Amino acid sequence: MPKREDLKHIMVIGSGPIVIGQACEFDYSGTQACQVLRAEGIRVSLVNSNPATIMTDPEFADATYVEPITPEFVELVIAKERPDAILPTLGGQTALNTAIALHENGVLEKYGVELIGANVDAIRKGEDRQLFKDIVALAGGETPRSRVCHSMDEVRATVAEIGLPVVVRPSFTMGGLGSGMAHTDEDLERIAGSGLAASPVTEVLIEESVLGWKEYELELMRDKHDNVVVVCSIENIDPMGVHTGDSVTVAPAMTLTDREYQKLRDLGIAVLREVGVDTGGCNIQFAINPDDGRMIVIEMNPRVSRSSALASKATGFPIAKIAAKLAIGYTLDEIPNDITLKTPAAFEPALDYVVVKIPRFAFEKFPGADKELTTTMKSVGEAMSLGRNFAEALNKAMRSMETKAAGFWTAPTFTDVDEALEALRTPHDGRLYTVEAALRLGATVEQVHEASGRIDPWFLDEIQALIDLRAEILAAPVLDEELLRRAKRSGLSDRQLATLRPELAGEDGIRALRHRLGVRPVYKTVDTCAAEFQADTPYHYSSYDEETEVAPSDRPKVLILGSGPNRIGQGIEFDYSCVHAVMALRGADYETVMINCNPETVSTDYDTADRLYFEPLTFEDVLEVFHAEDSSGKAAGGPGVIGVIVQLGGQTPLGLANRLKAAGVPIVGTSPESIDLAEDRGLFGALLNENGLRSPDHGTAVSFAEAKAIADNIGYPVLVRPSYVLGGRGMEIVYDEPTLRDYIDRATEISPDHPVLVDRFLDDAIEIDVDALCDADGEVYLGGVMEHIEEAGIHSGDSACTLPPITLAASHIAEVRRYTEALARGIGVRGLMNVQYALKDETLYVLEANPRASRTVPFVSKATAVPLAKAAARIMLGATIADLRAEGLLLPTGDGGVVPEGAPIAVKEAVLPFKRFRTPAGKSVDNLLSPEMKSTGEVMGIDAGFGQAFAKSQAAAYGSLPTSGKVFVSVANRDKRAMVFPVKRLADLGFTIVTTAGTGEVLRRYGIECEIVPKHYENPGQRNAVELILAGEISLIINTPQGSGASARLDGYEIRSAAVTADVPSVTTVPGASAAVMGIEALRNGDMSVRPLQELHATLRGTN
Amino acid sequence: MTKAILVLEDGRTFHGSAYGAVGETFGEAVFTTGMTGYQETLTDPSFHKQVVVQTAPQIGNTGVNDEDDESDRIWVAGYVVRDPARRPSNWRSRGDLGERLATEGIVGISGVDTRALTRHLRERGAQRVGVSSVDLDPQSLLAKVRNQPEMLGADLSAQVTTASRYTVEAEGEHRYTVAALDLGIKRNVSRRLAARGVTTHIFPASSSIEDLLAVSPDAVFFSPGPGDPATADGPVALAREVMRREVPLFGICFGSQILGRALGFGTYKLGYGHRGINQPVLDKTTGKVEVTSHNHGFAVDAPLNTVIDTDFGGVEVSHVCLNDDVVEGLRGIEVPAFTVQYHPEAAAGPHDADYLFDRFVELVEKKG
Repeated sequence: MPKREDLKHIMVIGSGPIVIGQACEFDYSGTQACQVLRAEGIRVSLVNSNPATIMTDPEFADATYVEPITPEFVELVIAKERPDAILPTLGGQTALNTAIALHENGVLEKYGVELIGANVDAIRKGEDRQLFKDIVALAGGETPRSRVCHSMDEVRATVAEIGLPVVVRPSFTMGGLGSGMAHTDEDLERIAGSGLAASPVTEVLIEESVLGWKEYELELMRDKHDNVVVVCSIENIDPMGVHTGDSVTVAPAMTLTDREYQKLRDLGIAVLREVGVDTGGCNIQFAINPDDGRMIVIEMNPRVSRSSALASKATGFPIAKIAAKLAIGYTLDEIPNDITLKTPAAFEPALDYVVVKIPRFAFEKFPGADKELTTTMKSVGEAMSLGRNFAEALNKAMRSMETKAAGFWTAPTFTDVDEALEALRTPHDGRLYTVEAALRLGATVEQVHEASGRIDPWFLDEIQALIDLRAEILAAPVLDEELLRRAKRSGLSDRQLATLRPELAGEDGIRALRHRLGVRPVYKTVDTCAAEFQADTPYHYSSYDEETEVAPSDRPKVLILGSGPNRIGQGIEFDYSCVHAVMALRGADYETVMINCNPETVSTDYDTADRLYFEPLTFEDVLEVFHAEDSSGKAAGGPGVIGVIVQLGGQTPLGLANRLKAAGVPIVGTSPESIDLAEDRGLFGALLNENGLRSPDHGTAVSFAEAKAIADNIGYPVLVRPSYVLGGRGMEIVYDEPTLRDYIDRATEISPDHPVLVDRFLDDAIEIDVDALCDADGEVYLGGVMEHIEEAGIHSGDSACTLPPITLAASHIAEVRRYTEALARGIGVRGLMNVQYALKDETLYVLEANPRASRTVPFVSKATAVPLAKAAARIMLGATIADLRAEGLLLPTGDGGVVPEGAPIAVKEAVLPFKRFRTPAGKSVDNLLSPEMKSTGEVMGIDAGFGQAFAKSQAAAYGSLPTSGKVFVSVANRDKRAMVFPVKRLADLGFTIVTTAGTGEVLRRYGIECEIVPKHYENPGQRNAVELILAGEISLIINTPQGSGASARLDGYEIRSAAVTADVPSVTTVPGASAAVMGIEALRNGDMSVRPLQELHATLRGTN
Repeated sequence: MTKAILVLEDGRTFHGSAYGAVGETFGEAVFTTGMTGYQETLTDPSFHKQVVVQTAPQIGNTGVNDEDDESDRIWVAGYVVRDPARRPSNWRSRGDLGERLATEGIVGISGVDTRALTRHLRERGAQRVGVSSVDLDPQSLLAKVRNQPEMLGADLSAQVTTASRYTVEAEGEHRYTVAALDLGIKRNVSRRLAARGVTTHIFPASSSIEDLLAVSPDAVFFSPGPGDPATADGPVALAREVMRREVPLFGICFGSQILGRALGFGTYKLGYGHRGINQPVLDKTTGKVEVTSHNHGFAVDAPLNTVIDTDFGGVEVSHVCLNDDVVEGLRGIEVPAFTVQYHPEAAAGPHDADYLFDRFVELVEKKG
């Protein structure tokens, strides 16, 4: 049965910004879908507000709309594009919810658009808790005893029957938002209360606790002929009670017999049929009672999910690609298996390796946030590893995390067994480290099993085996080949071994010994079939086994190092740049070799690079891949690896540059010495002086006394931060000496190698971001100049910005160009550089220069129609800017510093995850912005004018700005004057102004009518600001903090916290308020329109 | 740890550690790709005289239990794994797999690069192998391997069949009686029949048509089993007798090959066989794909897309493997007989093909 011929034009909906619970896996799946559909000759239009995605590159769709994924904007796209069908199952919950909304409001019917991939009925059955329970029963399965509740009264009545503890699950939220486990009545009030609020249909499910049960997931696919295959089984090491996204997981399932596995499979298929997912993928979660095997179905997602991406990478079975083909009418037996080419996709992958995924958290970014892992997902990323056994995969995954600890024994941990056992009782990040400590300190597997809430003894014993091996290594007179090989086969890194055998001169000593003994990894292939058939796809992972499968090739090879697990400050933007490098270099006839360990990304799709190594991004692992590729290339008579790119994957690969270079690896692009120059305060300062470039007064300190002396000299406020960080980790603005002392006391890792940088902080300056290219001839190409909407002091990753810079004069831009050229040449940049400037009183200051791809590269590329990362990759391999201009990759003349007349305005807005976190007392965490980056993702709004573009960016990031209603205003004294104009404008537009006393006084003096309400502590429990917000009476909040430093955090915390809880748009800076006013005006004028990127780019490149 | 070696007849040698019994064993090296169900695999009589390589690397995790054996003993001639579990974990587990292998005298080897070995068998074909933890000299072991009989031409039914007839009663109401010829039957076959109200009498492989008819069967079943179907002249003749009497006939795996021969088709040895629980089979009668459990090194040679004229009327290929177009099922158009080359009884494996037992019962119903 061939594909449907009636579908000529399909609209794909993406998932929008990266948020917790919805990350780049949907870029991976959406990109695959777009490619598949276009290859079938179908016109594809795409809506996605996230500019950092590969899928929104103009070449992946016929019409790409970087527009908010809201029913209003998607309708505008539908009206313009008139697609035959919408495929909503590859864009996560966002796409699915939007499609449902468009169905319900009649838009789909109005425009005659069909929903493909899943029908509304199936989506409802999967999402509606009660319907789903009925369906599981029909399919012959069990669900936990439970009841759907719509009010707190119903909740209390239900718990009276079922008994505590219970799980609270709100309907129609993603990533388990708002759900949690209630052990006490207080927990219940809090969790169920916020769960009801978080659910768009005010509905929660209260259910029997299956805490401590074994947790499994199946990934299934079904075609229109009712053929079903199970792509992958996944077992959670963390038992039920921890969200699967926050759990350490293993594929395939490790502790099920065939009988139990087949029971899971039978039930999964029965549920899938009963729900009626006609074509496509779905994910079903199960819990199994470890005592008697009683099996319960927890939930299903009738769409491609985070787990689907993991399963795709874990098995080599491309779920999203196949789902797209099924949606247009193919059946599984008609689709060839990509990897074997000769066998069909109608089969179930067989793995001859073990896969481990570990989540990556960012609690350090949210002081005060409760670190307990619960059924609400809190992790921001993940790494996956493959090994030929569980221990190998586990150890590789642990060192892929790039946390302080790089696997067992590399960081201090518990020294008391009782403390370790006690700590295990609360699920936490790094729980396996605690498990290891407890076992090593003498706890039995049974004790740890009990204390950890019943982690399966098989996993615990695998860790015990590592401890036994450790004892052997410690006791052995010499580390001989046999023992070393055993250690490597268990996945231990050179670094781990070095900590056990310090006499061997560290990691380098272990490596030298290992190489002398000939103990090196081989590379196996992920082939979907456990070697039953020949694989055509070079998707590799390392193992200390006998036979390597790296195919010799005599082509010149380039290794591109990816960015590892997503975290705040290093996310999809860097993967985007890596993927672009691959595309550019493949196009220029290099053999591209990708190394990365993040299963969510496009870079780890086996189709992206010529060869994929799914490996940790550590020095050891990268060096071994280099060796394997270089030596096999040279043995084949070719040049081997001619270059390794470390500049595009963020701080992770950059941090390896020096050691790799020292080991003889050819780093291309900006040299490690130049990278150091940009980080070294002394050298960099000299460079600035030579070129007459200003920077804020600054100094470097390794003690409080030194820091104090510097601050006294340059004057407060000062910006303090550790060197070599990304995402502003540990960066703070300090207004006085006690705070400075406090900062230094907290910064435990200060040393002469890692000093603290102390800079004069420029209050009220305009911050400017520049991405630029520089080639070997020293020619500099300004990619784009961005003006931040928030003033300097807010991390650039958290600031909204505009391109072109809307308030800068030509003279400012000329100065920016002069500075940037001098910096790029002075540093010796070969490729990309990002510079942050502050403009204060007509003087430009360099805040920092980073000779690498920045977070803003994808935004700039999309806003200016120039693929900067592609150009950078080519420059690193020797092309000049002149060559690239001639080729057409860069503009023939001019650059991104000069924006053509009539160019659209692009606004980037950051998306912050505050809603995800609660303090242990259950309150919201503070949503105040600071120099430390906290956003997980970004969106772009692009339109003819700033107001429209800003309004779009807000709609895409947070839901629309209000066009009427009450605005609550409470601002710091220093901001009161500046706030008069925007608030006046809002009042003129018909908004009711509500303020606190101080602000109201000023506003009234300017003739603005306002209602004055008390602060929460002035009138607790009564009509006060916080109560109004929580009651949903306020539609916009403008609140800037009074004072500075710690007191600024306290002021208004209750208000901002209420804003987060009630999900009300909240502005915390003066410029932000002005921008919001312009956006509101644009919305009220009703002049919102949508234009595809292809059209905008044609205008920008003058090809239209 | 006791060292062990594995030597293939073409000389390739792998090193590892002894697993299960210490000793020496020989057989045909085959690999199976199932990720679950090692206990069922080990106790499947079809693996008699075969040294089984498990491509799934972690083996023994769920231990061994009292329910999952498919026969009275472990049948594999030897066992090759990469990483055996140190400690089993499952609520049904009653013991450790390594200990059970040792108890039953099964020589195994662990720590082997099973993927390299599998790739080798894929490229060079299934072949004789020796595993030893007593003779660690590859040359000496190789000489012994080359002295072993080949699987091609091996007649093994007599070694695996039941010594005497026994009966598995129907569950619930008795509906039909089936006479099953035991060529190496798995327990789950009679369980699946019993679940449908069928009482199954299991007969030794040497039984005659009169023996079978003595229980007045409503149908006859030919079981799976080991060996080269080309040697099974007795069962082939028996199948012809059954069909001549138009008694409904169902065959699985080896039983399917017997029927193929009885219908006049040849059989041949596959390069490295189908062994796993993820094999896609197309049911040509419905156009649907089922994911199935396979364990066969031989196959029937029959044309795929036509009705073939045989001594018993028209016959067609009903099932085909989508991976390689191997014949996976035959169906008589006039004669009430059908077979599949794979394992609808699963154990281990998916239950997608369980409907074939329903078809069997329907066939009996129609006939009755």
